[in-house]
Amino acid sequence: MSKTILKAENISKQYRLGLVGTGSLMHDVNRWWHRIRGKEDPYLKVGAVNDRSAKATEEYVWALKDINFEVQEGEVLGIIGKNGAGKSTLLKLLSRVTSPTTGTIKSRGRIASLLEVGTGFHPELTGRENIYLNGAILGMTKAEIDAKVDEIIEFSGCEMYIDTPTKRYSSGMTVRLGFAVAAHLEPDILVVDEVLAVGDAEFQKKAIGKMQDISSGEGRTVLFVSHNMVSVQSLCTRAIVLVNGKVDFEGSTANAIQEYLKEATTDGYSSKLFLDKSNTVKNKGVELLSAQITNGEPDKADDPIRIDTKILMQCEILVNDYNRKINIGFQFLDDSGNILFTSHTRNAARDHLNSKGNGKLLFKGIVPEKLFNEGEFYVNIFVVEDSSDVLIKLTDRMKFTVIPMAKKFGERMGKSVGVFKTDFEWMVQIP
Amino acid sequence: MNTNPNNESWLYEISAKRKVIDLNFKEIWQYRDLLMLFVKRDIVTVYKQTVLGPLWFFIQPLFTSVIFTLVFNSIAKIETGLVPAFLFNLSGITAWNYFKVCLMGTSSTFRANAGLFGKVYFPRFIVPLSKVISNLVKFGIQMTILAGFYIYYISTGADIALSGYTLLFPVFLLLMILYGLGAGMIISTLTTKYRDISLLLTFFVQLLMYVSAVPYPMKALTNSSYGWVVAYNPLAYIMEGFRFILFNDGSLYFDSLRILFIALGGVVLFIVGLALFNRTEKTFIDTV
Repeated sequence: MSKTILKAENISKQYRLGLVGTGSLMHDVNRWWHRIRGKEDPYLKVGAVNDRSAKATEEYVWALKDINFEVQEGEVLGIIGKNGAGKSTLLKLLSRVTSPTTGTIKSRGRIASLLEVGTGFHPELTGRENIYLNGAILGMTKAEIDAKVDEIIEFSGCEMYIDTPTKRYSSGMTVRLGFAVAAHLEPDILVVDEVLAVGDAEFQKKAIGKMQDISSGEGRTVLFVSHNMVSVQSLCTRAIVLVNGKVDFEGSTANAIQEYLKEATTDGYSSKLFLDKSNTVKNKGVELLSAQITNGEPDKADDPIRIDTKILMQCEILVNDYNRKINIGFQFLDDSGNILFTSHTRNAARDHLNSKGNGKLLFKGIVPEKLFNEGEFYVNIFVVEDSSDVLIKLTDRMKFTVIPMAKKFGERMGKSVGVFKTDFEWMVQIP
Repeated sequence: MNTNPNNESWLYEISAKRKVIDLNFKEIWQYRDLLMLFVKRDIVTVYKQTVLGPLWFFIQPLFTSVIFTLVFNSIAKIETGLVPAFLFNLSGITAWNYFKVCLMGTSSTFRANAGLFGKVYFPRFIVPLSKVISNLVKFGIQMTILAGFYIYYISTGADIALSGYTLLFPVFLLLMILYGLGAGMIISTLTTKYRDISLLLTFFVQLLMYVSAVPYPMKALTNSSYGWVVAYNPLAYIMEGFRFILFNDGSLYFDSLRILFIALGGVVLFIVGLALFNRTEKTFIDTV
C-alpha cells in the first residue's frame, strides 16, 4: 500500500494588489489592532478570485483558494494551469519559501525545490566552488557533494572551465552546471518548475532523460509544474489542473491535459471556435459559424489528440445559396509559423447539394493518425468560392496540441525531432 | 492512505501558524556545511581579482587610525591617557568595525538575499550567522595587526599591559555580536516592507560611532552637556571596556554590575531581534 508523503489541507494564499505604500501601512495597523483584541484578520474575509484578465475591484486577491491534495510516495504529480493560475505560488508554498495565509502542508520527507537552476551561484567563484555552494544551498552536505562532484562535472560537460570563475561562463554553461547539481540531488520529494527547457538540444535531451530516471528508475516523489503538455504527459502519473487559484480537476494525466486544453484559450487561440453575432466573420453572403479540431476517433471527440488518433476537422458556414460552389481549406502551420500543408474540400463529392435554398453547411474532414508529431500546431481557415476567390480568411485564432502516445515507463522518452511522425515501410534485402 | 490518525507522524508542517522564537538548532546543524561555505564565500570573494589580496583587511583600519590620530589627537588634542593615541584609535576602530559589519551585514539579510530566499528554503538564520563568523575571521586578522603595534609600543616604553581582565575578551566579543546581530535583525525585518530605514542606516551608524566613545575615552565627555548621550549608550561601555581589558587603563566605568546590565540588554535585544526575524522570514518574500 502506498503511503501519503505530502498532504495539502485547505491551503490559501492571499496577496495584496497594487503598491506597498501608506495604504498598506494603515492596513497593517488595522490588522494589528484586530489581533491584539483577539479578533480575526479583517482582510481575510475579502479578496477577489484570481482571474488575471478581470478588472481589479478589490485590494486583495486569493492567488490560491482552498487547495487540497495528497501525493503518494513514488508518484509523479503534474501541476498544470494557465499563466497566473497559481502554479508558482503553490510551488513556493511547497518549497517553504513563503507560508500560506491559511491551511497546512504536511510532509513526511525532505523537500528540495528546483524553481530555478544555479540558485546562489556567485560569479566570482569557480565552477567547482559553485557546485559546492549551490549543492549546499539545495540541502546537500559537503560529504554528499564530495561523493558526487566528479559525476556532476561530467554531467555538466564543462570540465575544461571547472576551475574558472563562473562569470566567464556562457549563459548556457551556467545553466548546464546548475542543472547538473540539481539533477544529483537526492531529496525525498523533488519540486520542479519548468526548468527543463534550458540549454541546447543535446542538453535538453540529457535533462529530460535524467528527469525520467529520477522519477521512474529511482522511485522518487516528484511534483512537476509545466505548461508543456508533452513533457507532462511523458513524465507524470497523475495531474491536477489549477484554474484561477482553485483545483479544477484532479486525476489521470490524460484527463487532466484534456481538461486543461479545454481551458487553455488564454492567448486567444483555441481548438474550438464558435463565432456568434458579436464576432461574426462574413463576406458576400457567406458567414463562418464555427470551426473545430478534435479527436477524430468515434465517441472520443472530447479526448486529447494523440499521435496515434485520427483528427477531425469541422467547419460550419451559413450560405445564402446552396448552389454556390463554396470550398473550405484547413491550412496547418508548425509552432514557428511555417506552413506545413493545406487540406481542402475542392475534390469532395457534393452532387447531393444541388438543391435550391439557403442555410447551414457542415464540412467534415479526417486527418489520418500518425501524421503529426507531438507538439503544437496552428490552423488557418479559408472559405473559397470557385477555387480562386477567397471569401473568408481566418488566421491566428486556432491552435491544437498533439500529445505523445501513452507510454510505459522504461520506454525511450523524449520527443523525436520533426513536425511529422509517420510510419514508413522499409525493407532491407540482398538484391 | 493513512486512516489511522495515530499513524500521522509528519516530518514537518508548513502553515500560517508560528512560534514566537523558532530557532531550530538541529536544522541549523544539518546545514552547517552551507554555513561554512557562506563564510568562505564572504571571505574569498572580497579579494578575488585584487593584487594586494587579504592585505586589504589591514589597510582600512590602519588608514582610519592614522586619520583619527591626526584629527582627534593631533588637532583636537583629545587625551588618551597612558595609551599611545594611534594604538588607542586602532583598537577602537577594530572593535567598532566588527560591531558595524555585524550590524550592517545582518540588516541587509532579507533584501540582499531576496533572489535566493525566493527560490530555496534553508534556515534563514544561517545568513546572519555566516556574516558574524566571516567577519570574525576578518576581525581576527585585524587583531594580529593590533597585536603587532601593541608589542611595538611596549618595546618603546609605553606604560600599558595585559591584565587579568584580558580574559574577559570573549565576553566583550560576545556582547558586540549580541548587539550587532540583535539590532541588525530588527532593522532587517523593518526594511523588508518599508525601505526608508535602510536609507537611514549608513548615516545612523556613522553618528552612532561618535556617541560610542570610539575616537575618544568616555571621560573626555563626562563634563560636557552632551555627556548623557554617551552615558546611556551601552555600546560606549563596550568600546571603553574593550580598551580597558587590553590596555589596563581608563577604568572609569568598569564594574561588574554595569557589565551585567549591558549583557542583559544584549540578550534582550537579541531575543527581540530573533523573534522579529522569525516572524518575517516566513512571508517576507511577498512584501520585499
